Amino acid sequence: MEVFGIPTALLGSQLLIGLINGSFYAILSLGLAIIFGLLNIINFAHGAQYMMGAFVAWIALTKFGVDYWMALVISPILTGAFGIVLERTMLRKLYKLDHLYGLLLTFGLALIIEGIFRDQYGISGQTYEVPEALSGGVNLGFMFLPIYRGWVVVAALAVCFFTWYMIERTKLGAYLRAGTENSQIVQALGVNVPLLITFTYGYGVALAAFAGVLAAPIFQVSPVMGSNLIIVVFAVVVIGGMGSILGSIVTGLGLGLIEGLTKVIYPEASAVVVFVIMVIVLLVRPAGLFGKS
Amino acid sequence: MTSAFSPHPEILRITDLHSFYGESHILHGIDINVHQGECVTLLGRNGSGRSTTLKSILGLVGKRSGSIMVDGVEVINVPTHRMARLGVGFVPEERAIFASLSTEENLMLPPLVSSGGMSVDEIYDLFPNLYERRNSPGTKLSGGEQQMLAMARVLRTGAKLLLMDEITEGLAPVIVKKLGEVITLLKLRGFTIVLVEQNFRFAAPLADRHHVLEHGEIIATIPQAELAGKMDWLHQVLGV
Repeated sequence: MEVFGIPTALLGSQLLIGLINGSFYAILSLGLAIIFGLLNIINFAHGAQYMMGAFVAWIALTKFGVDYWMALVISPILTGAFGIVLERTMLRKLYKLDHLYGLLLTFGLALIIEGIFRDQYGISGQTYEVPEALSGGVNLGFMFLPIYRGWVVVAALAVCFFTWYMIERTKLGAYLRAGTENSQIVQALGVNVPLLITFTYGYGVALAAFAGVLAAPIFQVSPVMGSNLIIVVFAVVVIGGMGSILGSIVTGLGLGLIEGLTKVIYPEASAVVVFVIMVIVLLVRPAGLFGKS
Repeated sequence: MTSAFSPHPEILRITDLHSFYGESHILHGIDINVHQGECVTLLGRNGSGRSTTLKSILGLVGKRSGSIMVDGVEVINVPTHRMARLGVGFVPEERAIFASLSTEENLMLPPLVSSGGMSVDEIYDLFPNLYERRNSPGTKLSGGEQQMLAMARVLRTGAKLLLMDEITEGLAPVIVKKLGEVITLLKLRGFTIVLVEQNFRFAAPLADRHHVLEHGEIIATIPQAELAGKMDWLHQVLGV
């Protein structure tokens, strides 16, 4: 069977890969958007924190026998706690300065974290087995769907929906949205904004770590896995609109699918299609597709 | 603390307050006492330090020194978010209605700090426009409605000391009249109000006492009973 001359099995598998990549883009750009919205910091350490999430899961498994399901909970908590320490000891000193200072500090932190992991574990990747309950696949007729990859898409969508719901539909989210607009007045109204900022950063980092655990069985657990991904994720954030929650989710998934389609239609362009879109968006709508100018 | 001359407890006592924005010394030793149920105004030209006095009470300035007692508690080192918990409600000059929240979300945003705040029904009775537009984004309201919302959101919290900064600025006379009626009602209900105003005609009949500021200092304090005799001088100082 073919669609526009393309075999459906090929189209389906590339769209699935695109959707999986898009799921990682969505979770990571969502974390970046939340952090930028409230802290005004472009968190360049996000890729390193995603890598840390994967490594914590791998270390927990190989050293302590902690299985995948427990790692999905423990790794975001531990990595998020590490983020909270970073926020309390370093980032909060930069809030009143230009975005550039936060970007430079987190860029430096990313290099340091990556360097430590390179030193300890080398550059070659570590394997992390797919959990037994999610191994194997399902024949959909037009393509073969590995169960774990389907799980990644479902888990990513669930986490994105949960985060969106918390921000858009709860009192805590109202504090966050209002704090993004005018944190001084929100403080004057009785909300502990410094604490809110600390936990927001911790949650953003935990999201990156969650994506890292999801990625561990698909990609090799390697010190450079974050830096390979983070540039694309920043492009996603720019296209969606800096600080836009819905923009991050929709753009992340959408660009993953576009990347997948490009691999079928014109494979040579698949590595740059996201950046081409970013350039066009910056020229036509600099605030991003979902951003407010 | 209860004054020997007033049956009402002292809600706010500011003593020798100095405030700074960076290297700029803005307030030079402000002294103000306000008792429960009183309304006092801070009058002065632009840049005289009126809004900075309110922001200093809340800790929204770079640095401050001196003493600020709220209901007998020293708050000069208390962080901003805890001031609301001490019963201080702030209505900022720029209104600060949040664009990403609906009117009702804006109204419900501040945490309740004590019992005795107005219920949502009472607030909607007081400001029917807010009820009609409760689902509209906060910044889609008219200027007058946004001002009503900025006042309403602190009335719900149980705050007893209201710091109001230029609430009539840029509003139509009919809205200004409505706000005057609301302040009269709030006084009757026992709220203590510190009102920063440029619109002297609005503030004059409402306040028990007027503090006139110039260059970060209080140059005169005029009780309501003495206001008539000081009108010419006030007009000259305020440039109205």
